[in-house]
Amino acid sequence: MNKYIQMSLIQAKLFFREPIALFFTIAFPVLLLVMYGAIFGNDPNPNFGGFGYIDSQVPGLTAIIVGTIGLIGIPVTTANNREQKVLRRFMATPMPSTVYLAADILVNFVIAFLGMMLLIVIAIFAFDLRFGGRWIDVLAAFSLSTIAFFAVGYLIAGVAQTGRVAQVVGQVAFLPMMFLSGATLPLNIMPEGVQQISSWLPLTHVVKLLQAVWFGSGWETGSVAMLLGMSVVGITVGSLVFQWE
Amino acid sequence: MEKVIEVNRLGKLYGDIVAVDDVSFEVQRGEIFGIVGPNGAGKTTTVESLIGLKRPDKGEVQVLGLDPQNDRPALAQRIGTQLQQTQLAERIKVWEVLNLFSSFYDKTVPWEPLLDRWGLSEKRHAFFGKLSGGQKQRLFIALALINDPEIVFLDEITTGLDPQARRETWELVQAIRDEGKTVVMVTHYMDEVEMLCDRVAIIDHGRLIALDAPAALVNQLSDEQRIIFTVDLPINPADLQTIEQVRAVSISGSKIEVQGAGDLLVNLVLRLHEMGITPSNIEIHRPSLEDVFISLTGRSNVENK
Repeated sequence: MNKYIQMSLIQAKLFFREPIALFFTIAFPVLLLVMYGAIFGNDPNPNFGGFGYIDSQVPGLTAIIVGTIGLIGIPVTTANNREQKVLRRFMATPMPSTVYLAADILVNFVIAFLGMMLLIVIAIFAFDLRFGGRWIDVLAAFSLSTIAFFAVGYLIAGVAQTGRVAQVVGQVAFLPMMFLSGATLPLNIMPEGVQQISSWLPLTHVVKLLQAVWFGSGWETGSVAMLLGMSVVGITVGSLVFQWE
Repeated sequence: MEKVIEVNRLGKLYGDIVAVDDVSFEVQRGEIFGIVGPNGAGKTTTVESLIGLKRPDKGEVQVLGLDPQNDRPALAQRIGTQLQQTQLAERIKVWEVLNLFSSFYDKTVPWEPLLDRWGLSEKRHAFFGKLSGGQKQRLFIALALINDPEIVFLDEITTGLDPQARRETWELVQAIRDEGKTVVMVTHYMDEVEMLCDRVAIIDHGRLIALDAPAALVNQLSDEQRIIFTVDLPINPADLQTIEQVRAVSISGSKIEVQGAGDLLVNLVLRLHEMGITPSNIEIHRPSLEDVFISLTGRSNVENK
C-alpha cells in the first residue's frame, strides 16, 4: 500500500512543480473563464435553454482540462519517462508496473477533477453559476470522459518513441479540437461545414455530454457511445502497443 | 564457496544480431566479479539477463537460486542494480527518490547513512536535475544499496568520472564487498578490473574469451613485453626480427615497436648498436590486462569504444 501512496505523492508533486503543465492544465482554463465572464457575462440566453454563457462554458472548459491532460500531459510525461529510462529503473525494482500506472491515472484524474472544481468555485463566486442537473451525473460523465481521453493518451505514449514526438502528436490531436469542439467557442456560431466536422471530434462529445448533464437535459447517448468506443479502442490498442522500455 | 550466480550457455539475439553467444560462468558469494569488454560486446545484455530485464533466447541463468525471468519480483527484493544511462524526473528531490524507492522493498536500510557514505547528505533537498553527473551516479549506487541487497550489479559506474572520483568510487565498491555483499561490475576500463575484481570475464563479440583472476590472466602472458623507441635513421624490420627473443616488429615512421620475451631489451640494444643506430625515448611495457585483451582479440579495447 505504501508504494501506491508514495508513487502517487511523487507524481502529484512533480505535476505541481512543472510550471508549464500547471499553467496550461489549471490556470489557462481559469483565465478563459474569467475572460468570457468579463466579455459575455452570464445572463440567461435562449441559445443555452435559459442558462448563461458561463453556465455552458464551465462544462466546456472542463473538457479542455480533460483533453490537455489526456492528449498532452499523459503522453509527454509517459514517453519522457520511457525515453529517459525512468520506467526502466522502476522495472529493476520489485515494484509492479501496475503501481506506476495506477498512481499515474489516479493523480491525473484528481488533477483534472481539481481543475473542474476550481472553475466551478470561481464561476459560483464571480458569475453566479447556475446548475440544473445532478452532481452524480456530472461525476459519471466526467469520469467517462477522462477514461476515454486518458486511454488514448497512453496509446499515444505507446506509439511515440520520444517525449518530443508525443508532444507533437498530442498537440496535433488536441489543438484543432480545442477550437472546433465547442469547448472554447460555442458551436452554434460556426458555419454548417465546421459543425459537421465538429460532430466527429471526440472532444465535442465531452462538451455535449458534460453540458447536457450540467443543464439536466439528460444523457447524450450518441456521445456516451462515442466515448465508450474511444475507451475500448484506447485501452485495447494501448495495452498492445505500449512498451515499458 | 557458495555460488550466487550460475550462467549456463547463455545466448541472446536481437533480430539477426547475436548479442550474447554461449556464455557460461559462475559467481561466488562475496567476490567482486568483473565483466569487461568493448562497448557492444554484450556485457550489458548479459547483466540484464541476470536481473530479469532481458529474456535469454538460449541457456539457463540462476541468481540466488531463482530464475530471473519467472521470479523477477522475488529476485529484485534481494539484489541491487545501477543501470546505465537511467535518469529520474528533473524535479524530484534526492530525499524523495530514496523514500520512494524504499517503499518498493520489503526490507530496507535507513537511507540517511547511505547518503552520508556516498557524500550526498548536503544534496538531500536538491532536485535530481541539479545534481552533477558524479552525484547522480552516486545516488543511483545508493539506490542500489537501499534494500541491503545480497548482490549488487554496477554497470559502468565510473564512466564519465574524473580520476579522483574514480579512485573514491573504487574504495566504496570495496567497502560494499567488505560488508559481505557480492558485486558484479561491468566496465570497459581494464585498470578498474585489475584494481578491484577478484575474477573477471572478458567478453568480446558476445563470446566469453577469458575467465579468471586478473593476475592469473596476466601471468599467462608474463614473459611478453613490448619495447617502443624512436630512431633517427630508417630501419629494416628484418634486421630486428632475426633477434632470437623478438616475436614481432612494427614500424610507423621513426617509431618502432618490438614485441618479444626474455632478455629482449639487452639483445635489441646490442643489435641496434651493431647497426650503428642509437634508440631514444625507450619505453618498456610489461603486460597488463589490456595486453591480455589485445593478445586475445588482436585489437585494443580502447579503439573499440
